[in-house]
Amino acid sequence: MFPEYDVIVVGAGHAGSEAAAAAANMGSRVLLITMNLQTIGQMSCNPAMGGIAKGQIVREIDALGGYSGIVTDETMIQFRMLNRSKGPAMWSPRAQSDRMLFAQKWREMLEQTSNVDFYQDMVRELIVKDGRCRGVKTGLGHEILSKAVVLTNGTFLNGIIHIGEKNFGGGRMAEKAATGITEQLVSLGFESDRLKTGTPPRIDGRSLDYSKMEEQPGDEEVTGFSYIGKPALAGKKQRSCWITYTDRSVHDTLKTGFEKSPMFAGRIDGIGPRYCPSIEDKINRFAERERHQLFIEPEGWNTIEIYVNGFSTSLPEDVQYKALTQVPGFENCRMFRPGYAIEYDYFPPTQLKYSLETRQLSGLFFAGQINGTTGYEEAACQGLMAGINAHQYVTERDPLILKRSEAYIGVLIDDLISKGTQEPYRMFTSRAEFRTLLRQDNADLRLTSVSHSLGLASDERMAKVSAKQGTVARLKLLFNEITLQPEEINNYLDSKGSAPLQQKQKLSQLILRPEISIEDLLRNVDSIKVQLDGVDNEAIQQTEIQLKYQVYIDKEKELVTRMSSLEDLEIPGSFDYSKVQAISNEAREKLFTIKPRTLGQASRISGINPSDVQILMVYMGR
Amino acid sequence: MKGAWTDTIAAVATAPGIAAIAVIRLSGARSFDIINDLFPSKDLKNAASHTLHVGILKSGNVAIDEVVVSLYRGPKSYTGEDVVEISCHGSPYVQEQVLQACIAAGARHAKPGEFTQRAYLNGKMDLTQAEAVADLIASNTEASRKAALNNIRGGFSGKLKELRDRLISFSALIELELDFSQEDVEFADRKQLYQLLDETKRTTEALLESYKLGNVIKNGVQVAIIGKPNAGKSTLLNALLNDNRAIVSEIAGTTRDTIEEVLNIDGILFRLIDTAGIREHTSDVIESIGVQRSIEKMNQADLVIYLFDVNEMTEEELRGITEDFKSRDIRYVLAGNKADIIGEDNALEKFGSIPGIIFLSAKNNDHIDKLKKGLTESVLSGEVNTEDVIITNSRHYSALLQVRQSVIDISAGLDAKIPGDLIALDIRRCLHFLGEITGEVTNDDVLDYVFSKFCIGK
Repeated sequence: MFPEYDVIVVGAGHAGSEAAAAAANMGSRVLLITMNLQTIGQMSCNPAMGGIAKGQIVREIDALGGYSGIVTDETMIQFRMLNRSKGPAMWSPRAQSDRMLFAQKWREMLEQTSNVDFYQDMVRELIVKDGRCRGVKTGLGHEILSKAVVLTNGTFLNGIIHIGEKNFGGGRMAEKAATGITEQLVSLGFESDRLKTGTPPRIDGRSLDYSKMEEQPGDEEVTGFSYIGKPALAGKKQRSCWITYTDRSVHDTLKTGFEKSPMFAGRIDGIGPRYCPSIEDKINRFAERERHQLFIEPEGWNTIEIYVNGFSTSLPEDVQYKALTQVPGFENCRMFRPGYAIEYDYFPPTQLKYSLETRQLSGLFFAGQINGTTGYEEAACQGLMAGINAHQYVTERDPLILKRSEAYIGVLIDDLISKGTQEPYRMFTSRAEFRTLLRQDNADLRLTSVSHSLGLASDERMAKVSAKQGTVARLKLLFNEITLQPEEINNYLDSKGSAPLQQKQKLSQLILRPEISIEDLLRNVDSIKVQLDGVDNEAIQQTEIQLKYQVYIDKEKELVTRMSSLEDLEIPGSFDYSKVQAISNEAREKLFTIKPRTLGQASRISGINPSDVQILMVYMGR
Repeated sequence: MKGAWTDTIAAVATAPGIAAIAVIRLSGARSFDIINDLFPSKDLKNAASHTLHVGILKSGNVAIDEVVVSLYRGPKSYTGEDVVEISCHGSPYVQEQVLQACIAAGARHAKPGEFTQRAYLNGKMDLTQAEAVADLIASNTEASRKAALNNIRGGFSGKLKELRDRLISFSALIELELDFSQEDVEFADRKQLYQLLDETKRTTEALLESYKLGNVIKNGVQVAIIGKPNAGKSTLLNALLNDNRAIVSEIAGTTRDTIEEVLNIDGILFRLIDTAGIREHTSDVIESIGVQRSIEKMNQADLVIYLFDVNEMTEEELRGITEDFKSRDIRYVLAGNKADIIGEDNALEKFGSIPGIIFLSAKNNDHIDKLKKGLTESVLSGEVNTEDVIITNSRHYSALLQVRQSVIDISAGLDAKIPGDLIALDIRRCLHFLGEITGEVTNDDVLDYVFSKFCIGK
């Protein structure tokens, strides 16, 4: 019934969908197996993509040839560029998507990707032959062979849903949990553990009084995520989000449910994310806070369902409901479905190689929540990398490994495999020590050539990036040539509260002033408008960023060089840590299990102190 | 073969030469086996840590010396490994015999600094502490010994850690604004940030400032004695040096200009420069303060003693000279010689408007101790004492300069209201340079801080 596949991808969420697309686009024959073909590309939690650090990841996925950016562009109902008032490294695109359209678009794009087959079934076992993962066995009893398998099980592995004192097996509300895989992998020597996450209640939008909330509209300018094409939203009226707050009375009501809380009663063992706590956790840990902010997010163009961001909870439904009715604007609310917590298995990611292949079983790759991460974007980028590297594995090519100084994706994977994670891992810009280099505006310049050489980015995409690079180089020269006389610019400067020119100045100098932007100059100063007429806007902006932040970009590049000495020192795979007696047992154990690829990676492993690294250096004859 | 670390090293730990006792030190996994082989009268292999044992050290059947053996079991030892110290009689022959016996029993000769290197690699001390050990060994005055000792105890790294912690909390506030800007978190007001920055800058500058003193403590202070021909410089020099020692340097002859006389006052080394010139009384007689050679000397010196004859000098001229020093940014001590002739009270009255003159008589050895005290006070400025953290290492100094520069960049960035992410970059640089000194790596600290202090998460 089934041919032998190159790559089988288990799970069709953000990770699985990207993995299937990437491997297929590179030429692998791919089977995408999911327990429910109706839920491909499902947004299980809030209906939004991007945000701070996450938006940068989506841009990187797009530059690498993934689909998440395009799907989001096609389905967004609101777009905002967050942190615009901050430096360009902080600009972060974020979109509300139509949840149903998003899933539909994903399925459409996968269906249109040649080399991808689909099958609906539950995988309950892996086929292992000669120490390699060679396919899957399904709940219906099929044995499907492949050269590699990518597991993207999300929250489904032995998932348990908790609401108040009730709990039952499930991977998402109203969906069955998956069993068998964890048990098999543990018997093969894998280590597994439990994590917890949660989701807020969904409400009937018709029952809300928005006049008591603060409106948060989308941006006028919709730039989107993908470097090719424009968001479908451009020119349309966007949907707004709304902001409201809890208060003491809400907190008091919630507290009445604490003794029935699965978290406080100890029924949940898994560790939840500190940065995305449930509302009961926030009240409990930060008792002094009078109120907590809630974001009211519409779920789509046509649905009345809304998502109460900030109110994730696993308290009993009646307590959830009663507390919600005390929130301003929610007095008459009707609940679509309650919030809940979910506990699931993950495999501490220190068991992975940089390629996301597992160390214990070759041919087996992990991506997404199974690695202890949280977030659509984090999952999607791992899926993309696992898909790419599964194809590389099948075709016996070197894996694609991105450095920390090249991409957020590189930071994420390096963090995961070097440090592991005790709570669901989410990306923050502060995790990236080279943040200024890893901007959303230059992901195409950083990564397109990588994906092009892998055969993922089309020639057309590559040509577009090369053209942009050329234009930016020309513009830099031009900005150096355009000279502004005091009389043509001083009125404008005055209107901006910027010091007037005493003598003529080059445009490249003038734009170093924080209060001056090219975009605004183009609108207001005719001579500049004339000289830059018809030049691609994106290229102009890129030029401005490169000139304006040159000093900082250089400073960061200098740090990259300073720190790269350790990154370049590779530790031989055969290195015998048992010989190194001078390091602590803990360090030796960590080094033994993680097997860092470079001394740089070794230095980031928690529990490895600088002297351990020095000792390794000495042993390696440095 | 086992790795380099598993072997046991041995060396004579005391200075070479004849002394009452000498110490031979062993470190490594086999230290206790080795001493047990050489010390037949007792079972030292199973003896408790931190104990002393007296007995005869034997190589085979040959008794070498009666020794005291101190045992330290790792990790509670200097290197973190098993350490044995053998105190034997101090003749070079005995020392050599004991060392050879250890080598014959399985130890190998330690390389220079290897004990400290092991201590560092075994996590017994950080980089600054290891460096301080080298300083301590090389220290030749009480003050430099104290400074080095303070660094070994972690004074310097402790101070840096404090700085680093402050910066991390500062950094966390900025990161909070960046990564959680969409959430309802309170931000610290900028005033507090400025304050924190100001404190950090002051601490850095105090540490940098201490380098001047640290350098003085480590390398000594260059002192020039300047004065008119008959002011009595030569006599003063002799009084300071106690005469007979000074003559020795005159015999050296060949490179007279570089001859230095060294004076140790309260643990601080004063290096008196161009003493040959003072003694010559001939060709290069210093006519006035403007003479080229005097200027060169002053530029070379950290401190100038200006010696004058209280009987010849007028108040006005002296004031002119002090103004001249000040304009050249020269540190000076004024010494009024031959005060015995007009009497100290009269001298005091004559120069009443000029403070800080030390009146003395070089010939009678009067108040030379006051001058000495004046010298140390002008170095220590009465503020720093050697119990404080003092930087003596140029590597630390240049790293701290970069720390200071990044602190200045951060403040400037705040002033110019540049975006937080760019300020954060300067903070990262700052943390990086601090880390370069202590060898610490900084990464997850910021997020941990944020999570522990703030309620975040939608």
